[in-house]
Amino acid sequence: MAGIDQSKIRNFCIIAHIDHGKSTLADRIIEMTGLLTSREMQSQVLDNMDLERERGITIKAQAVRIVYKAKDGEEYIFNLIDTPGHVDFNYEVSRSLAACDGAILVVDAAQGVEAQTLANVYLALDHDLDVMPVINKIDLPSAEPERVMEEIEDVIGIEAMDAPKISAKTGLNVEEVLEQIVEKIPAPQGDSSAPLKALIFDSVYDSYKGVIVFCRIKEGSVKKGTPILMMATGAKAEVVEVGYFGAGQFIPCEELSAGMVGYITASLKNVKDTRVGDTITNAANPCAEPLPGYKKVNPMVYCGMYPADGAKYPDLRDALEKLQLNDASLQFEPETSIALGFGFRCGFLGLLHLEIIQERLEREYNLDLVTTAPGVIYKVHKTNGDVIELTNPSNLPDPSEIEYMEEPMVKAEIMVTSEFIGAIMDLCQERRGVYEGMEYIEETRAVLRYHLPLNEIIYDFFDALKSRSRGYASFDYELDGYVQSNLVKLDILINKEEVDALSFILHADTAYERGRKMCEKLKEEIPRQLFEIPIQAAIGSKIIARETVRAMRKDVLAKCYGGDITRKRKLLEKQKEGKKRMRQVGNVEIPQKAFMSVLKLDDRK
Amino acid sequence: MRPLELYIHIPFCIQKCQYCDFLSAPSTAKERQEYVESLCQKIRSYGELAKAYHVVSIFVGGGTPSILEAGQMIRIFDVVRSTFSINEDAEITIEANPGTVTREKLKAYRQAGINRLSIGLQSAKSEELKILGRIHTYEEFLATYRLAREEGYRNINVDLMSAIPHQTAAGWSETLRQVAELGPEHISAYSLMIEEGTPFYERYGEGRHEDELPGEDEERKMYRQTRSILKEYGYHRYEISNYAKPGYECRHNLGYWNRTEYLGIGMGAASLIDNQRWNEGGEPEVLTMENQMEEYMFLGLRKMKGVLKERFLAEFGCEMEEIYGEVLGKMYRDGLLEECGDYVRLTERGIDVSNYVMSEFLL
Repeated sequence: MAGIDQSKIRNFCIIAHIDHGKSTLADRIIEMTGLLTSREMQSQVLDNMDLERERGITIKAQAVRIVYKAKDGEEYIFNLIDTPGHVDFNYEVSRSLAACDGAILVVDAAQGVEAQTLANVYLALDHDLDVMPVINKIDLPSAEPERVMEEIEDVIGIEAMDAPKISAKTGLNVEEVLEQIVEKIPAPQGDSSAPLKALIFDSVYDSYKGVIVFCRIKEGSVKKGTPILMMATGAKAEVVEVGYFGAGQFIPCEELSAGMVGYITASLKNVKDTRVGDTITNAANPCAEPLPGYKKVNPMVYCGMYPADGAKYPDLRDALEKLQLNDASLQFEPETSIALGFGFRCGFLGLLHLEIIQERLEREYNLDLVTTAPGVIYKVHKTNGDVIELTNPSNLPDPSEIEYMEEPMVKAEIMVTSEFIGAIMDLCQERRGVYEGMEYIEETRAVLRYHLPLNEIIYDFFDALKSRSRGYASFDYELDGYVQSNLVKLDILINKEEVDALSFILHADTAYERGRKMCEKLKEEIPRQLFEIPIQAAIGSKIIARETVRAMRKDVLAKCYGGDITRKRKLLEKQKEGKKRMRQVGNVEIPQKAFMSVLKLDDRK
Repeated sequence: MRPLELYIHIPFCIQKCQYCDFLSAPSTAKERQEYVESLCQKIRSYGELAKAYHVVSIFVGGGTPSILEAGQMIRIFDVVRSTFSINEDAEITIEANPGTVTREKLKAYRQAGINRLSIGLQSAKSEELKILGRIHTYEEFLATYRLAREEGYRNINVDLMSAIPHQTAAGWSETLRQVAELGPEHISAYSLMIEEGTPFYERYGEGRHEDELPGEDEERKMYRQTRSILKEYGYHRYEISNYAKPGYECRHNLGYWNRTEYLGIGMGAASLIDNQRWNEGGEPEVLTMENQMEEYMFLGLRKMKGVLKERFLAEFGCEMEEIYGEVLGKMYRDGLLEECGDYVRLTERGIDVSNYVMSEFLL
């Protein structure tokens, strides 16, 4: 493999707003270059996990190498790197882009430019990538390719007049995309004889090979036996195998050299050693400087995860450990809840990441979970000068010890058609957003900019946004530091006992409303018991809302003779069965779904 | 020879009541005659089994057994007597609905050895009877009741029903008093159940038309009245929904709660023999030791006297505490059960939530 002419390599990714057809185009390119026959094609080859395919999103970066024979008669090697398509994984997106020399921008011919289109383009331009627009879905009746081309030029400011107008679904004009890749995406340039400098853009754990590192060789070369060093984590190892990506398989080769995209295995046991964004160099002959831009990604959203069946605690721990092997951004540590028993406080990049992990635990590891309300990291400044990074509301110090608290903020850009601007502004207002400005990108569409607290957008904001704009609004955000905020801890007391798993931190202004809704919801979910059960929401010692679950209704005085016994038994069995799914808190039985129900309180849907 | 209870099912009625989910339907005279014949055949088929038992009680239920002709009932009893050996003092009950009973029939029943009459009244209010879809008025009930007394019946039960749509606590107490005033030896007072497959279910099932049914508080009131009013008239509650004057507790029904063996004859009738239970025409279900213990508890606790620890030991070969120690302890602490000598019984509070208490005894 050594001595591949860099001018015949094209490293690129495909960027798009969700649902604009990124994965479908990738499939089509793979299929048309003959890497897989269409019989072998499973729809959306690059999205490997069941979950990815079901949700139509990419969670992990994936790469594939394709050989394309162009019209000029030459064979080109295409390395297509698929990027995660969600804001939760922004950092991964950014690293994937850094592994490329150009990007194909897919824009839906009916929808036009959306918030994530913009965000992704800016990200690509930040990495000095050449962006090549493609208009997709021109087979739709509502397609307006001409308008969308103008929009790309006006809004994004990139040349779009000769953008291929394609249907990735039917394969129409995809050939033209392949030709343009050769023409428009620059070939890599790097010195093969310089010391090794390779960018890690992903890594997966394989139980036979250990960690498989996905990388782009920027300079130098690497082969079996090369001693390597991860410049940020300091991990060292000797290369066992290098190779490139077939469709869904790893194909070993002699050597990877500057300009190439491939993988390295080196008996590394933990993906934590091979952080995305880190630079691999030759330990014996290191490069002077690592590649720029490495940062450690930290979780932004935390929640408690508990096995529904307490005996499954070790299973949950094993499952989390296994998932972490492949996902260095997942964090967890053991915690104990009075209400839920033994579990873990888990940290995630965002809510989607949380949901994905939760679903994988349930599906792939067959665990029944109870999760607590997701929260962000608050900074608690204590009167003694200490600053605590709080991830579990139960650990909040006594108010008398708190000087002030800070919460994380985001800069949000929301793209919306003009008729919904009012509704979306209301929503941002309700979520404590601070209006920063608005620009019309065309007559009927605008970008709204808000400064919003992260804790207001982590769970149902996206749903609310969609429902209040009839699906037309799109949304992107980035973290924007911490600000001081009037935060309080809302506690829920059931039969006068605080239920730690239901406590959470929120802004004082929304506490009353939220407390009231939680009490109402819990009243619906908690079945009547032998005695009356007060449900209270409290801030400190002050009760701000109250509901009551009445005592168990008296049983009807049914007769029970010889012919009624079988039926009576069934009734009793049903009654007993219902109790199994309960958690005992004090002397109250709380159904597991009550813990989850309070997560979904937006009643304006 | 072991004690046995006989149940004979007559699945006919003049018209189906709105709440009824029993196996019963209107019929022609021919159908009834054919049924009586097949019933007699069935009774005879138990000749072999009968040898191991002596019958301590018989209950003829329905439907409306009193719809049969006097002669048909006599024939059934002739066959019963020629097949089974029946105790001298056996309690023999027939269900009778006002409007279907004549002096002739009452005389025939006496002749057949029937010594207890169970009259389905349900309410003393004509409006309520109409709502329930009963075919009789209160006056017709009175006539039947008096006729029965004239014919020498000294053990009469009257069925009453609370929680009828539009019923009030005041109306219920009037019904109770009016009936108690007459002085039947036994009163069954139970709540209306909205059962699937009935016209009432169509109207009231799944919370429909809730406003027409007595509210929770009203129902509680009725419930408290029942015991206190009947007590005034000398009735004591001996089971969750049954009241009697001293010595007139229904022995047949007590048998069900004590797990005496019973043989049900007639369409769909349930039997329990050798710890196998089946409905006529169906496959028997074998009760495991655990099932038997469960039933001993949840049926036995229906009786105000409760369950006897000594009998548990005698039947199952282990102490009640050994199996149920934890549940019992919890129930004592919560004030739902109490110990009284060697008995364990429901407290007032326990009766209120008896389904919960009983469900805890499932293993």
